[in-house]
Amino acid sequence: MPSAEDLRTRIEEALPGAEVSVVDTTGGGDHFRAEIVSERFEGLTRIQQHKLIYDVFGDEVGGAIHALSIKTQTPSPAGDPR
Amino acid sequence: MTNDEIKGFIDNAIRENRVMLFMKGTPQQPACGFSMRASGALNALGVKYAALDILPDPRIREELSGLSGWPTIPQLFVDGELVGGSDIVMEMFESGELAQLLGVEQPELDDEPNPVVADEQPVQQRPIGLENRLN
Repeated sequence: MPSAEDLRTRIEEALPGAEVSVVDTTGGGDHFRAEIVSERFEGLTRIQQHKLIYDVFGDEVGGAIHALSIKTQTPSPAGDPR
Repeated sequence: MTNDEIKGFIDNAIRENRVMLFMKGTPQQPACGFSMRASGALNALGVKYAALDILPDPRIREELSGLSGWPTIPQLFVDGELVGGSDIVMEMFESGELAQLLGVEQPELDDEPNPVVADEQPVQQRPIGLENRLN
């Protein structure tokens, strides 16, 4: 069973330099919420940003990781108009 | 129904319904909190949309994710394009982008935006009937 820490480590390995926080939302080791701030997201659509994260886990999303809620951001200051 | 027929049905549903939501359960009876939020956002915007419950047959989800490249449910399509899952739908709902995309007025939100409230009216939803053809 994956832990929030495992997920965080794997996202950080896939997106070096990213600021990552992961919480286990139910404590059951299968529902997680991940918030990621990374330069890699610059110029990508939200769909593409989320896919980068899903791709880290492949088939585990929907399997061992029953639910993975994602919030992605670029490092630009909050409220910066896009 | 063969896998190819299911895939064809999904493909058609995406092309023929301007706003197409694939979810667990129905707008009236969502079977998962994420699906409930996505359909609740569409209900709150008052847009007409088609919804398909993916639960009756595991192949629906397999074929859908194969087509979209998106691993989770719900999945919202507008004008044939994947908009996102529940996180993206909710972010866009709260920012007003979803209303803009759908060409409707952003509703007045309470202090704590929560589209899934008691008086929601999922009357705009119409089933598209794959579940009747799976046997």
